[in-house]
Amino acid sequence: MIAERQSIRQVMPLLRSGDVSPVDLVRQCLERIDARPELNAFITVMRDSALSEAHTAERQIAAGRYRGGLHGIPISVKDLVDVAGTPTTAGSAVPPRSPDADAPIVTRLREAGAIIVGKTNLHEFAFGTTSEESAFGPVRHPRDPSRSAGGSSGGAAVALLEGMCFGSIGTDTGGSIRIPSAVCGIVGLKPAFGELPCDGIVALSTTLDHVGPMARSVADVSVMFRAMTGTANTDEPSSSRRSYVFGVPETYFCDRLHPAVRAGLARTRDALARAGHEIRTVTVDHAPRTPDVYLHIVLPEASWYHAPLLAQYADRYSRGVRLRLEMGRYILAEDYARARHLRTILRRAVDEAMTGCDVLLLPTLPIPSPTLGATTVDVDGTAEPIRAAMLRLTQLFNITGHPAIALPAGTTDDGWPVSVQLVGPLDGTARLIEIASVVEAYSTGGDGSVGGGTG
Amino acid sequence: MITGLVISDWCFVTIEDWLKAACEDAERRGLADLKPLLESLARSLAALRDADRLIDRAHLVP
Repeated sequence: MIAERQSIRQVMPLLRSGDVSPVDLVRQCLERIDARPELNAFITVMRDSALSEAHTAERQIAAGRYRGGLHGIPISVKDLVDVAGTPTTAGSAVPPRSPDADAPIVTRLREAGAIIVGKTNLHEFAFGTTSEESAFGPVRHPRDPSRSAGGSSGGAAVALLEGMCFGSIGTDTGGSIRIPSAVCGIVGLKPAFGELPCDGIVALSTTLDHVGPMARSVADVSVMFRAMTGTANTDEPSSSRRSYVFGVPETYFCDRLHPAVRAGLARTRDALARAGHEIRTVTVDHAPRTPDVYLHIVLPEASWYHAPLLAQYADRYSRGVRLRLEMGRYILAEDYARARHLRTILRRAVDEAMTGCDVLLLPTLPIPSPTLGATTVDVDGTAEPIRAAMLRLTQLFNITGHPAIALPAGTTDDGWPVSVQLVGPLDGTARLIEIASVVEAYSTGGDGSVGGGTG
Repeated sequence: MITGLVISDWCFVTIEDWLKAACEDAERRGLADLKPLLESLARSLAALRDADRLIDRAHLVP
């Protein structure tokens, strides 16, 4: 029996040597899925196909045909992404599409040997940050079922936290990989815009959508990312550099934070400085304009995509998602163009803030896990709408397209995970991962634990 | 009425007119609960138009 929260990197050599069978790994994941149905982590469990693929992988490895990469590793896929032969529900009661082909990103994972154990639950159509509006029930946080696992890729994060898979595929339009990663204390990567194909994925906002990996460590995210780019068996990028320059954008990004989030950032920053890295305070000009620009892009783009579905199935959407989609129908073309223009200004502002720095270091989420059903949250003494608070620190990098990764950064006094975020240059996802692997040791306090000690 | 914000006067549709028309249409379509969201969106729209005017269009304003 493999420990439930072992990493991909830990099981890879065991699979290769034959000490662990892919069949055992898949069975263990299926048992974990069956053990916590109340968390609503999965929409479709692909029990039979996963076991069949595991037996095939077992035979291949026994015959000396270990393919490296993700060969024999059970992963989950957010149910926004097409997997041939399973419905793509998008967490909605709107009739699902029934793909007969895998999304390209799934094809690449399969080519790298991954075994898909199922499709994870999400905020309906990825249009929310708490994963509570889903036709398949709200995704519940494993530490306390009255709390949110974040969203929209909430099921993906819970699946990792609970040992239901070893890696997850999420999508991120305003923070939907990084937010649940922060809430659940795992690692989540939003690559640069366009770096991974979003074909075969239900769109939310075609100019903001990203797909990326979620896992228990930066090393695992790296393995998955390379598989998703189709370079699973290439050498991992490495650097001989001993120190990096981190830019910390304090204004706007550190204005209102839960004290434990502020402490997590400070701890990481101080540990990096003590280790010889340079920390600079930087400014992202116009950052407070982010939510207005974001809204005037995401709403009309989502409304455009959903127009034919709304015409037929408006009553099947959950109320909150329906209303957000309806809002977008009233945005004028001229104002959409305004937002698109401001987007280029924000992109330039992030590039300028990064000048002379290797990456930006900032919090991922201003709060720990919110309570399901809450509409506002108290952030350091100020009441803020939940959705606005949860998107506040992540959505800028969907607008600008810069790659960003969320890393665990300790917990609140009562054990809820908090997270820091690293943001890299537009052409620097591989480098971002490399630097994240350095930061990870400091941000977690050195114990490398995930999930905020969920036991 | 949106107050306390500079409204760009070159916009063909003012925010007041936009909000009135949007709310009336939402009401007609049986979506009265959209109105508070549209009011919130109007505030965001005002901020967006201000940003557009103040950040990058200053050279165009006489």
